[in-house]
Amino acid sequence: MDQAVKKGATRRDFLYLTAGAMGAVGVGSAAWPLIDSMNPAADTLALGSTEVDISKVEVGSALTAVWRGSPLFIRHRTPDEIKSVRNMDWQSLRDAQSDEDRTLKAEWIVIKGVCTHLGCIPLGQKAGDPRGEFNGWFCPCHGSQYDVSGRIRKGPAPLNMFVPPYKFVTDTLLHVGDGHEFPNPGF
Amino acid sequence: MSGPKEKDKFDNKTVQWINDRLPIFTMMGKEYGQFQVPKNFNYFWNFGAIAMIMLGIMIVTGVFMAMNYVPSATDAFASIQHTEREVNYGWLLRYMHMNGASFFFIAVYIHIFRGLYYGSYKKPRELVWIFGVLLMLLMMATAFLGYTLPWSQMSGWGATVITNLFSAIPLFGGGIVTWLWGGFSVGQPTLNRFYALHFLLPFIICAVVFIHVWALHVSGSNNPAGVEPKSGKDTVPFHPYYTAKDSFGTVVFMTIYFAVVFFAPLILANPDHFKPFNPLQTPPEIVPEWYFLPFYAMLRSFTVGIKILGVTLISAKQQGVAAMFGSILILFFLPWLDKSPVRSARFRPVFKWALRLLVLNMVMLTYAGGLPAAGMALVMGRVGAAYYYFFFLVLLPYLGKNEKTLPLPESISEDYAACHPVIGGAKKALLPLALGLTMALAPHHAQAAEGTPPLPKISWPEQGIFGHYDKAALQRGFQIYRQVCSNCHSMKYVYYRNLEELGYTPDQVKALAATYQITDGPNENGQMYQRPGRPTDRLKAPFANPEQARAALNGALPPDMSNLVNAREGGPDYIYAILTGYEPAPNGFDLMAGHMYNKYFPGHQIAMPQPLTAGQVQFEDGTPNSLDNEARDVAQFLDWASNPHMEQRKQMGLKVILFMLAFAGILLATKRKVWSDVT
Repeated sequence: MDQAVKKGATRRDFLYLTAGAMGAVGVGSAAWPLIDSMNPAADTLALGSTEVDISKVEVGSALTAVWRGSPLFIRHRTPDEIKSVRNMDWQSLRDAQSDEDRTLKAEWIVIKGVCTHLGCIPLGQKAGDPRGEFNGWFCPCHGSQYDVSGRIRKGPAPLNMFVPPYKFVTDTLLHVGDGHEFPNPGF
Repeated sequence: MSGPKEKDKFDNKTVQWINDRLPIFTMMGKEYGQFQVPKNFNYFWNFGAIAMIMLGIMIVTGVFMAMNYVPSATDAFASIQHTEREVNYGWLLRYMHMNGASFFFIAVYIHIFRGLYYGSYKKPRELVWIFGVLLMLLMMATAFLGYTLPWSQMSGWGATVITNLFSAIPLFGGGIVTWLWGGFSVGQPTLNRFYALHFLLPFIICAVVFIHVWALHVSGSNNPAGVEPKSGKDTVPFHPYYTAKDSFGTVVFMTIYFAVVFFAPLILANPDHFKPFNPLQTPPEIVPEWYFLPFYAMLRSFTVGIKILGVTLISAKQQGVAAMFGSILILFFLPWLDKSPVRSARFRPVFKWALRLLVLNMVMLTYAGGLPAAGMALVMGRVGAAYYYFFFLVLLPYLGKNEKTLPLPESISEDYAACHPVIGGAKKALLPLALGLTMALAPHHAQAAEGTPPLPKISWPEQGIFGHYDKAALQRGFQIYRQVCSNCHSMKYVYYRNLEELGYTPDQVKALAATYQITDGPNENGQMYQRPGRPTDRLKAPFANPEQARAALNGALPPDMSNLVNAREGGPDYIYAILTGYEPAPNGFDLMAGHMYNKYFPGHQIAMPQPLTAGQVQFEDGTPNSLDNEARDVAQFLDWASNPHMEQRKQMGLKVILFMLAFAGILLATKRKVWSDVT
C-alpha cells in the first residue's frame, strides 16, 4: 500500500514537473517573437550600407554623410595630421589602437560621428568648429576630445569613435556598411 | 471583508442590491469610514493624496492629448503644435500635462522625504516602502518616455543619451541599445514604441498604487511620533477627518500648480524643447528635466576609468551609470540599512540633521546637474554623490546601532496634546514645498549664455498677469515680417486666418492671402498648380524645402519663426537683442567668411546679415521707423505667433485662481469644523 502510494506520487510528481517545464518552454518561446519584434525591422536593416562620393573633399576638409541614421565623419587628413596620430605612443591611450588599425588609406579617416560617451555628435567637421586640444573632434555634451584618428584622448568617453566596415570602390568612391572589418574593441 | 452571513444594511435599495452582489460599499466603509488613522498627522501626510490626484490629472490630460497626437518622426512635432494652437483648450491640456509632471514629482519627492524623516519604511511597513520606490522608478521611466514624444531637440537627444546608458552593460550593451531603438539610432521605431509604453505605464502605476495603498491599510499609517496607536483615543476614522484635511491640502497645492500652468507655463521648459529634433545636430547642452538632475549630476561626476595593468576594468561611464542607478536601487534596501528601533527623526538628534543635510545635498546636486559638465559642477557632483552613498551605506547602519535617541512619548494622544494646538504643522510642510519649487527652478536660472552680455530687459505690454498684446504693434510687426523676414524665414504653423487676431477684418485677411500664389494639387491631370492664397492657407514659405533654402543662402538654414520666441532663452528680449546687436567685429576677432558679428548671438558669429536698419520699413500707421521701434514690433509679433492663446490663458487663469482660493477657504473651514471635536 505504502509503496503503491509512493509510486503514484512519483509518477504524479514527474507529470507535474514535465507539464510545468513544457509550460515554461511554451511561454518562453512565445515571448521571443515579442522581444525580437523590437529589433530593427527588415527595411531598417536593408539600409545598412551606403556609397559616398569623396572626390570633392579637399585635403584638410571634411564631409559628413549619413549612415544608418547617424552622421558619418569622413576627413581628408593633411600630412601633418597623419604624422600627429601615427608618430606617437598609442599603447598608452585609453582605448589603445594604432592609427593604421583604423584606416585603409592614411589620408582618409572614416568614422561614425557619434561620441562613445552618451551618443552626442562631436563638433569639428566644419571650419570654425571647436576641435579640442588634439585637433580632431570635440563633443559639446560632456567635453570628450578626440584626435584626428577619432581616438578618445580626454574627457568621459570610454572608447574611440567607431570605424564602420568600408571599402574603396574607386579612389573617390567609398562603400560604407560592408567591406574591410576594423577591430573596434568594446563595441 | 464581511462574509456571506453578516450582511451590511443600507437605507438605499439600489446600494443594498449592489452591495449584496458586490460588497463594494462594505469595503469602502471598512477602508475609509471605519479605517482608524493616527490623529496626530501633520500636513506632510497630505502628499500621498496629492500625488494620487496628480496621477489622475496626468492620465486624464494625457488621454486627451493622445487624441491629437501623431507618433511619427515627421509629424509628431507638428501635431503638438497643432494641439497647442488649433485644438480647443489644447494649450491647457499640454501645459497641464507638462507642468503636471513637475508637480507630480514635487509631491512625490516630498512624500518620500516624509517617509524618510518619520521612519515610515521601518517594520512593519517595509513593503509599503518598497512598492513606493518601485512607483518612483516607474514614474521616472514614464516621465522619460513622455519627454521624448514632442520629438524636439531635447526629446530626441535626451532619448539618445539615456538609451546609451545601457551600452555600459558589458557584452550585451550594444545589442540592448539597438533593441531599444529598433534601429541604428533614435528614430521612428523608437518614437512609436516610446509612445506605446508611455501610454501603458501609467496604468501599471495605478496597479502598483493599489498595492502600495493595500499594504498601507494592512499595517496602518505611521505618524509624526513614530509610535504605534495603543487605544481608540489615539486614532480617528479616515473619513471625514482626513478626507477633509487632504482635500484642503490638495486644493492649496493645486492652486500653486495652476498659478504656474496659467501664468508661467514655460518656466520649467528648456527652449530646445521647442525646436524640432535634428538627428544630425546635437544641441550645445543636453539637460534633462529638473527632477532627474540630481541623478544626472551623479552620472556625470565620474571621469576616470579604473585601470589595472593598462586594461580598463571599469570605465568612467560604467561607474557613472552604476552610481546613478545604484542611487535609486539602494532605496529598496533602506529598511535593512537603518535598524534603529526609533522611527521618527524627532527623537533621533543626529539622524535628523544628517537627513536635512541629505536634502540640501540633493538641492546642490540638482543645481550641479543643470550646469555644463566642467569645473565646479563636477566637484559638486562628486561631493554630492559621495555624501549620498555615505549617508545610506555608512551613516544609517552606524546610527541605527549607536545613536543616543530621545525618550519617546507614551502614546499618540499624549504627543498630540503636547504638540497641539501648533500651527507649525502647516509651516513645516510649506518648507519642503518651497524647497521642491527651488529645486525645480534652480537649473533654469543656471543657464545663462556664456560670453555674451546679459540681454536687455524690455518691458513688454503682454507681460504680467494683466498684460495683453498691443494690436497696433502686432500689425506693424507683421508688416516687417511680410516685407523683410519672410524673404528667408517661414512661419508654417501660422495661417492667414490667424491674422484676424491682430485686428484685421476677415475681408482684409482674404485680400492679403490672395496676393500670394500657393502651390496646390494635384489636379485631375495629375499636375500641381498655382492658385491665389486663401485665409485657410499657412503663411507662404519662402523656400520649398530646407535644401533649397541652404542652396540659396550660402549653406545657412533660417529657422521657422512660428515658435521662435519659445525656442530661445530670453524670449522676446532675445529677439530684440539680436536685431539690435549687430556691431563691427572687435579687433582681433576671427570672423568666418559670410558671417556677421552680433554681440548677443552665442559665439558672436551669425550667418544672418543685419536684417533691420533704421528707416527700413515705412509703417502703414506712420509710427517712427527707428531700429528700436522696428525691433520691438517684430519681437511682439513673434511672441504672439509663439503664444497666440496668451490672453485667453491669463484671463482664464485669474478666474481659476480666484475659484481655487475660495474653494480652499471653504475647505479649511470644513476641516476645522470636522476636527473641532478632537482633543
